[in-house]
Amino acid sequence: MNMIQAINSAMDVMMARDPDVIVMGEDVGYFGGVFRATAGLQAKYGKTRVFDTPITEIGIVGVAIGMGAYGLRPVPEIQFADYIYPALDQLVSEAARLRYRSAGEFTAPITVRSPFGGGIFGGQTHSQSPEGIFTHVSGIKTVIPSTPYDAKGLLIAAIEDNDPVLFFEPKRIYNGPFNGHWDRPAENWSKHPGGEVPTGYYHIPLGKAEIVRPGEALTILAYGTMVHVVRGVVEEAGVDAEIIDLRTLVPLDIEAIEASVRKTGRCMIVHEATRTSGFGAELSALVQERCFYHLEAPIERVTGFDTPYPHSLEWAYFPGPVRIGEALRKIMKD
Amino acid sequence: MTDPGARANLPRLSLHVPEPRFRPGDEADFADVTVPPAGSARRPDTAEKADGFHELAYGLIRVLDESAQAVGPWDPKLDPDTLRRMLRYMALVRAFDERMFRAQRQGKTSFYMKSTGEEAVAVAATMALDPDDMCFPSYRQQGILIAREWSLVDMMNQIYSNSADRLGGKQLPIMYSVKERGFFSISGNLATQYPQAVGWAMASAAKGDSRIAATWCGEGSTAEGDFHSACTFASVYRAPVILNVVNNQWAISSFSGFAGAEATTFAARALGYGIAGLRVDGNDALAVYAATRWAAERARTNQGATLIEHFTYRAEGHSTSDDPSAYRSAQESGKWPLGDPVVRLKQHLIALGEWDEERHAAQDKEVAEQVKAAQKEAEANGILGHGLHQPLDTLFDGVFEEMPWHLREQQAQMLAEEEASGRPWARK
Ligand SMILES: Cc1ncc(C[n+]2csc(CCOP(=O)(O)OP(=O)(O)O)c2C)c(N)n1
Repeated sequence: MNMIQAINSAMDVMMARDPDVIVMGEDVGYFGGVFRATAGLQAKYGKTRVFDTPITEIGIVGVAIGMGAYGLRPVPEIQFADYIYPALDQLVSEAARLRYRSAGEFTAPITVRSPFGGGIFGGQTHSQSPEGIFTHVSGIKTVIPSTPYDAKGLLIAAIEDNDPVLFFEPKRIYNGPFNGHWDRPAENWSKHPGGEVPTGYYHIPLGKAEIVRPGEALTILAYGTMVHVVRGVVEEAGVDAEIIDLRTLVPLDIEAIEASVRKTGRCMIVHEATRTSGFGAELSALVQERCFYHLEAPIERVTGFDTPYPHSLEWAYFPGPVRIGEALRKIMKD
Repeated sequence: MTDPGARANLPRLSLHVPEPRFRPGDEADFADVTVPPAGSARRPDTAEKADGFHELAYGLIRVLDESAQAVGPWDPKLDPDTLRRMLRYMALVRAFDERMFRAQRQGKTSFYMKSTGEEAVAVAATMALDPDDMCFPSYRQQGILIAREWSLVDMMNQIYSNSADRLGGKQLPIMYSVKERGFFSISGNLATQYPQAVGWAMASAAKGDSRIAATWCGEGSTAEGDFHSACTFASVYRAPVILNVVNNQWAISSFSGFAGAEATTFAARALGYGIAGLRVDGNDALAVYAATRWAAERARTNQGATLIEHFTYRAEGHSTSDDPSAYRSAQESGKWPLGDPVVRLKQHLIALGEWDEERHAAQDKEVAEQVKAAQKEAEANGILGHGLHQPLDTLFDGVFEEMPWHLREQQAQMLAEEEASGRPWARK
């Protein structure tokens, strides 16, 4: 399965198991979504469980919260993560705090899916990575898969979760893993172990990272597309790096991070989002607070630049093999 | 959850989810679309209070009748030269769209959006405005730039993100910005231009200026909060602005019912805000012109905002990333009861004895040549994907007026990266 099919399968499995799961969003009904992630669901589960919405992101999230308050488990789609900003107030002020402010009387068991990230010539408004904005908000969980297998298992866990979850889908790897070499032929999920996805139910608990490559020389923290880019660079450089795919940013698997950095003594953090106040800054602070006496080199942060995503210059923006390779040399220097 | 039907003596509620009338494979039939006779709508005085003509928000203002004559009180009585100019701009928009759509299919750029069937909405409206009025368009009003005689080459340079692209390759193709032609920078985020247009108009009023603003969005986008905030401000401050809603029936795969069209018209959105609302035949260039002219006069005489719904049809896909045959009947566009705006204007000119098929065919050839020549010129500046057209250093320009230290540092890092990469992106 590719990642779209895995995501589709997760919703299918959950809709079949639980009649309270509903899917909503712009173009998700008859058409099955602009990325086809909801294809076939309306035909199977009917129009009152899978439906198109008006184009109003704040409406979509606000309505989902109300449906959640009734007892349903809405899985709204925001067509591109760049369009989640109009929904910010409902997510930040409402979904994130409903449990806290009502002492648990009301919760927002919603899973907001949204394709994010660049590398598809989407320009400024189809490429951004807004995860850092939401990890800054208390009360929302943030999940980012890097393989079809994880995407399905994590999405099922997200739908089962009683808290609001943002599920960001790295669209650059919908069809295959991407090693950062934009000028080389694309790979396909069918040749990758992460593309082996069971058709039935399984779940991957939120808050558990995965060591995608064990190693001794340094720890690299990444998520989404960057897991594959990092792996490509590590293989090319022949460094014995331990690569950790965080999978969920909130809740974060701090134990896995701590154990690894204590073992390797070095830590590099990679994400595609802009640098300043990005999630990498939080990771860096955590590692410094908890592993300072184990560190043999300063923590390295590799990120996108602090500019909007530039259409024709996107490969200069993207934290690709050269930028990561350079950071690798720097951190391994002494 | 417990069974929601447990309170058995009460009727079960049911959720209404709109459904378009035709899907792929269905026979399309627009018999239910009410098309009032041309010339039948009243034309109020531009000084009349907005609540005096509510019926115009529910009807359809039409000027061109079935025999291509201009009739009724809304006939703008344009001279033949102006009509011919209008026709030429509309034909040029269509030729431009054809050519750029093909360029995207040939891999010369990443993305394109056509306005086929909607040419009158942008062209006729622009001609009814003054050249220095400010436009806040959405992405389907390339006709504004063409009617303001902006350079086709410049538009194409932007589409190709090439070395002559004034936007430095930083913006998605077709998201033009042409300040000197009163064309505001287009955003990919729907409806954000609506309150901005109102703000520009308020500023113009506050300064005692005489220029007005106009903005456009699709019917789907009227669901966004920005649309409603804009209407509130426009009403409260009587902003000199024209709020255009281009009802082309579809928002990607979602029909207009998902924006509320089953319950009321889009022009009627105006009524709750107490602003003037007109619903016009968007494929009738004369009706679009007349309505815009009327709204502009209201705005210029401090009568406030007008919301105009242009009832039209998106004859082609949403964008180059879309396949409309997956969600709508193949016959729909052919059966659209209001015809094709270019053909209708052509027939009107012919009926006036001011045009003929031969001249029209010759003009089609001419505009195609004009677009082709522009394309050649633009492609000499490069096409997307053929190397890097902008100096790499420029990636950091324009984030702030002056570059702060952290961007300087990142810029230096990027240039060092470039040296190390051995990529074919020579710095210029
Ligand atoms: C805030 C926001 N949400 C979603 C999108 C994705 N999107 C782009 S165009 C479109 C449909 C717009 O339809 P409509 O407003 O009717 O305009 P039309 O394309 O028909 O001209 C959608 C949903 C977006 N660009 N911005």
